Amino acid sequence: MNTKVNIAGVEFQNPIMEASGTFGSGMEYSEFVDLNRLGAVVTKGVANVPWPGNPTPRIAEVSSGMLNAIGLQNPGVEVFCERDLKFLEQFKDTRVLVNVCGHSAEEYIEVVDRLADEKRVDMLEINISCPNVKEGGIAFGQDPKAVESITKLVKEHARQPIVMKLSPNVTDIKVMAKAAEAGGADAISLINTLTGMKIDVERQSFVLANKTGGMSGPAVHPIAVRMVYECANAVNIPIIGMGGVSTWQDAVEMMLAGATAVSVGTANFYNPTATVDILDGMVDYMKRKNIEDVRDLIGAVR
Amino acid sequence: MKVKEIASIVDAKQLADGVYSMVLKTTAAQYAVPGQFINIFSNNGSKLLPRPISLCEIDKEDSTLRVVFRVVGEGTKEFSEYKAGDTVEILGPLGNGFPLEGETAIVVGGGIGVPPMLELAKQLSGTVTAVMGYRNDDMFLTEEFTDVASELIIATDDGSVGVHGTVVDAMKENELKADVIYACGPKPMLKGVADYALENGIKCYVSMEERMACGVGACLGCVCQSKEVDDHSHVHNKRVCKDGPVFLATEVEL
Repeated sequence: MNTKVNIAGVEFQNPIMEASGTFGSGMEYSEFVDLNRLGAVVTKGVANVPWPGNPTPRIAEVSSGMLNAIGLQNPGVEVFCERDLKFLEQFKDTRVLVNVCGHSAEEYIEVVDRLADEKRVDMLEINISCPNVKEGGIAFGQDPKAVESITKLVKEHARQPIVMKLSPNVTDIKVMAKAAEAGGADAISLINTLTGMKIDVERQSFVLANKTGGMSGPAVHPIAVRMVYECANAVNIPIIGMGGVSTWQDAVEMMLAGATAVSVGTANFYNPTATVDILDGMVDYMKRKNIEDVRDLIGAVR
Repeated sequence: MKVKEIASIVDAKQLADGVYSMVLKTTAAQYAVPGQFINIFSNNGSKLLPRPISLCEIDKEDSTLRVVFRVVGEGTKEFSEYKAGDTVEILGPLGNGFPLEGETAIVVGGGIGVPPMLELAKQLSGTVTAVMGYRNDDMFLTEEFTDVASELIIATDDGSVGVHGTVVDAMKENELKADVIYACGPKPMLKGVADYALENGIKCYVSMEERMACGVGACLGCVCQSKEVDDHSHVHNKRVCKDGPVFLATEVEL
């Protein structure tokens, strides 16, 4: 049986990874999961300098999901390289995707340049849901011209293949997928969280200090499947699918919709072994269905 | 070591208005120390996130953990309806716990900050003065504190029992002195206790609270502000679930 998949020349031992921001750099969850079993570790977003993030409360629960407004708190790329990448050295079978965030094109490039010579970095995932401070705070990922230009710029600097992580908070995600492809992206990943809000009716106030937060969890899964399917039919570059994946069925569904690999996010919070449970379930499914090659699942439902 | 398992409930009862006690049979008890918490998961699949609840008592011999909690939402309401014989999924023990220090100690609890001080009072080897604050005479765990502490001082908001006022008022009124103060309760109370400790030159540990998701330090949802740049994120944010919930009062902004 083959469980390997290939994205932009990078081989993954299996298609299961975790979603950026839900797993740190794997240190905390290595107590529960053998990180060597994962297709990849996708790190929490890293910026050129430390970001303090948002005030608390940063977390709110909603039906079959949650809202978060962490605000991309991170220690900056220097600490990340010295500590997190060093920690990830030991997991030789697992690829490392570093998620990159920034408030401006210059900030993204600073991180991408700093990571250029880091051997442990197999791929870069570019978070374009951050607000572009120079353009009045609209997210890069919400304007196709900005998606294409930031993709092009990052591609010029990056030594590793780049994955553009798309925001679902747009009218037509196919337009953003095509813009990323036109800019030279090696792959796209989707979906990032959907912007939501929760109001405490007793206190008559916002639950999150930030007022709005990104919604994730099983409730968003059908939206993610639809968007992966649409993008798979719109572009020719591989897709990493994510959004509410919490069971092996969800992961298989993502691949059937057109994803080459699948990320597990919020599920880690309530099932620390979600990633490997999903991998095991997927392998059992392949055995039961006599599927020899996991790649036969990719986009099999048209 | 952290355990994720289905725990069976061996005892469940109401202690006061909205306050419930549950004893859980779990191997997590083998690794638990006072001041730690466990994540309790809802049996309702649409409520994904666990509820972090502090440990009130730890019994390694029976391998049980006692939690005492207040109903504040639908998750804790569900827990309050559990009966002995029911099961519940837990993850824990989580967090750092209280360091056991001092020849003399004051343990201070306010409201639902009272329960974690019980196991601490039991495990401290020196003389323990317990100062517990409640809204009114609908109190809980006072018998247990009478048994384990050298002295129990009660403060109530309405003055129906003990000192009329806060736990800080009670500490001032009794001019309490000790080597170390441990406190758990609402933030304004923690600030008052920390100020009292500072004025009297007493070392003080506080147990913090924040809305959490993962409970293991990965998601950065539950940070509190630290005075110094923190080791993990290199900003001024300590993770309540992983670096805490217990901090030196002087290392966090209250």
